[in-house]
Amino acid sequence: MAERAILEVENLSISLPSGADRPLAVEEISFALARNEILCVVGESGSGKSMCANAIMGLLPRPHVQPVGGTIRFEGEDLLSLPESRLRDLRGSRIGMIFQEPMTALNPLMRIGEQIDEVFDAHGVLSKAERRARVVELLRDVGLPDPEHLGESYPFRLSGGQRQRVMIAMALALEPAILIADEPTTALDVTTQAQILDLIKKLQAEHHMAVMFITHDFGVVAEIADRVAVMQYGKIVEMGPAEQVLNDPQHDYTRRLIAAVPQFEPPERPQIEGPPLLSVKALEKTYVTERGLFTQGRRVPAAQEVSFDIRKGETLGLVGESGSGKSTVGRCIVRLLDTDGGEIRFGEIDLAGLKGKALRPHRRHVQMIFQDPYASLNPRSKVGTIVAEGPIAHGTPRAEALARAHELLHLVGLDPSAAERFPHEFSGGQRQRIGIARALALEPELLVADEPVSALDVSVQAQVLDLLAEIKQRLHLAMLFITHDLRVAAQICDNIAVMKLGRIVEYGPTRRVFDDPQHAYTKALLAAVPGKRWSIPEVALEHARQHARRVAS
Amino acid sequence: MATTTASEKPQRSARAQAFADFCKRFARNKGAVVGLVILLAVVLLALIAPLLYPASPWQMVQRPFLPPMATEGFWFGTDTLGRDIGAGLAYGARISLIVGIVSTVVALTIGVTIGALAGYYGGYLDDALMRFTEFFQTIPNFALAIVLVAIFQPSTTSVIIAIGIVSWPPVARLVRGEFLSLRSREFVQASIVLGQSNGHIITRQILPNTLSPVIVMASLMIAQAILLESSLSFLGLGDPNTMSWGYMIGAARTVIRQAWWMSFFPGVAILLTVLALNLVGEGLNDALNPRLARKGR
Repeated sequence: MAERAILEVENLSISLPSGADRPLAVEEISFALARNEILCVVGESGSGKSMCANAIMGLLPRPHVQPVGGTIRFEGEDLLSLPESRLRDLRGSRIGMIFQEPMTALNPLMRIGEQIDEVFDAHGVLSKAERRARVVELLRDVGLPDPEHLGESYPFRLSGGQRQRVMIAMALALEPAILIADEPTTALDVTTQAQILDLIKKLQAEHHMAVMFITHDFGVVAEIADRVAVMQYGKIVEMGPAEQVLNDPQHDYTRRLIAAVPQFEPPERPQIEGPPLLSVKALEKTYVTERGLFTQGRRVPAAQEVSFDIRKGETLGLVGESGSGKSTVGRCIVRLLDTDGGEIRFGEIDLAGLKGKALRPHRRHVQMIFQDPYASLNPRSKVGTIVAEGPIAHGTPRAEALARAHELLHLVGLDPSAAERFPHEFSGGQRQRIGIARALALEPELLVADEPVSALDVSVQAQVLDLLAEIKQRLHLAMLFITHDLRVAAQICDNIAVMKLGRIVEYGPTRRVFDDPQHAYTKALLAAVPGKRWSIPEVALEHARQHARRVAS
Repeated sequence: MATTTASEKPQRSARAQAFADFCKRFARNKGAVVGLVILLAVVLLALIAPLLYPASPWQMVQRPFLPPMATEGFWFGTDTLGRDIGAGLAYGARISLIVGIVSTVVALTIGVTIGALAGYYGGYLDDALMRFTEFFQTIPNFALAIVLVAIFQPSTTSVIIAIGIVSWPPVARLVRGEFLSLRSREFVQASIVLGQSNGHIITRQILPNTLSPVIVMASLMIAQAILLESSLSFLGLGDPNTMSWGYMIGAARTVIRQAWWMSFFPGVAILLTVLALNLVGEGLNDALNPRLARKGR
């Protein structure tokens, strides 16, 4: 690792347009990237980590955002002072980049092979025949099936993971010295993520590249990084070898971030006894797409023979990858969707059998917390009204419901004066608290939480999870917690049901499922969790405990 | 008591702040400000018409074919029967604005209702309502308006109803589209889970979020309606008891070579009013959809 640096960033500052929350997106950061190393840049949203990458690639949205100081030296040239034509030469050939969203990064109307071929074309290298051979070789390198013929396919035939592989193939086409990866696995499922991380690591070693890997996920850092730079508010607050930063973090912010990462080992939990509050039996749901006048419509089974029980005070985790049907099950239980078969027995009532007006009075028992805190609150309603709406709909006098809304806002850790404000004045975490207050307003017995923390930064995520756990304790609620994140599930769930393609493949106490998975899919899922061999260091946890004590007192 | 005033204060200032922002964005579009000034002038003219011209615009007040600026008090001249064109312009502004605004309200009522129901409930109701809408869209606007007015007998009410009936389909389509996209948003789903009634969700949750584009469209529809009204009265299908710009042009068309001013002034009045409304509409669009406007520039 003692190679000389090929990329040196020195005192780089990038300005933001006036009216932004701070004057500089990136402030006087310096780091070096050597051949043969993977540097992970970690930080929460808005920390300026993507700005760094875009500055290196010359992709800043000038003139609103532009570098105002410092240098980026790459192979002896200062990238910031180079003319656009020279930058264009370097981009793609010497510096490659992969982006977060593989679904939109490829041109949908162009064959895969042609798109890779364009990279050679743009830089005017190789003859036609050589290029064809090279495209096949690249597709094979990134582990795509049937590389000889895949080049003829259009992007829509490929899954998200496969598209990301194509993007990597394009980035590597001209053997760049540096690969910049901006959250390349964030949009992918956990098993796919593990494969892509392996692939990047393997290719990096084969080609002796330098990789700058931007991520918000410490699990991924633990999996892939040689060195780590932690960013906060546009500054690098800590940088060092991965070992050291992960296991012995020095800076307060790093410690706080690391302590917020949920532990992978589920804690011991007492068995919850009692009669089931909610009992789902053989739930069926099939989506039929586009039933036209003359077409049959495609049938997609989203839930098949799904059965589970939830007791009072229990949290059941429904985990699985995208498309496994876990959200569908959640939406059937809160009756946003009609079921095609089976029972959703809540006490004496079968919710699946009720419709329209008959269902409405029973809705108050089961409430939902939504995933996207930005879409789940009506932008034109005041927060107090949003929270009070449920009780008003069920006949509580308006004044009384609004007064209760103030109490609920206090309960979820917001100032009651928030009731008079509009949702856009709040951050994502605060909005999620408002969403929780709204769900609690009807005094439900069961909460269905659909990925309630996956849109949030890790430190905010920890706070919201703590809040959910505390409320569940205090109000003795049952909860169905839908998540793709096994770390989160490990921390919050008493029992876990693993879903795959609409079926529950494994169901049992969290600790048992994690320690001794029975089904092959569960094993694969658990194996794919990034950074599972890394456990949160005591120093970070201690720091978090001290911080909590300070806040409490 | 003290607490209520304290809690109401920030709310009012937030509203005031939002309104100030709206005005600032509107004012950034110079054309829109010009449009607004012209429009206010037309409204003022309509309001003070009886003060400026106490006599009826149908009354013969001078010799016929009096050119403009020729006689004190008759700046716009007189028409073939010796009626004051200035008076015609002032009273014509009234009918134009009334027809424009009321028929737009009629069209919005029909369009928003149909669009909201179709977009919210979807399925067969959506299909049925959209086919119904298409039925109206396939018939040329103007032809249908003529037929309707002819059937109902020309009167201000029938003109308003006819224009309302021919101009609602675009509103229905717009509102339906907005409802379709908002319906699947999580805040609407949250309302369903809370147990709110469909009527409440449609009117309180979704409708307020569709208002911006509807307001923009409404301002352009008023302009359209004024044009339609003028065209109808040009053909003699206006209310026979109301002086209107279209009627003035229609009556003067046979003498356009001898007396240009008789059709020129009402024509300019229509042009300016419609242009002003279009400019205001564009300004509203900029002010209400700031993100879209910035992208366009």
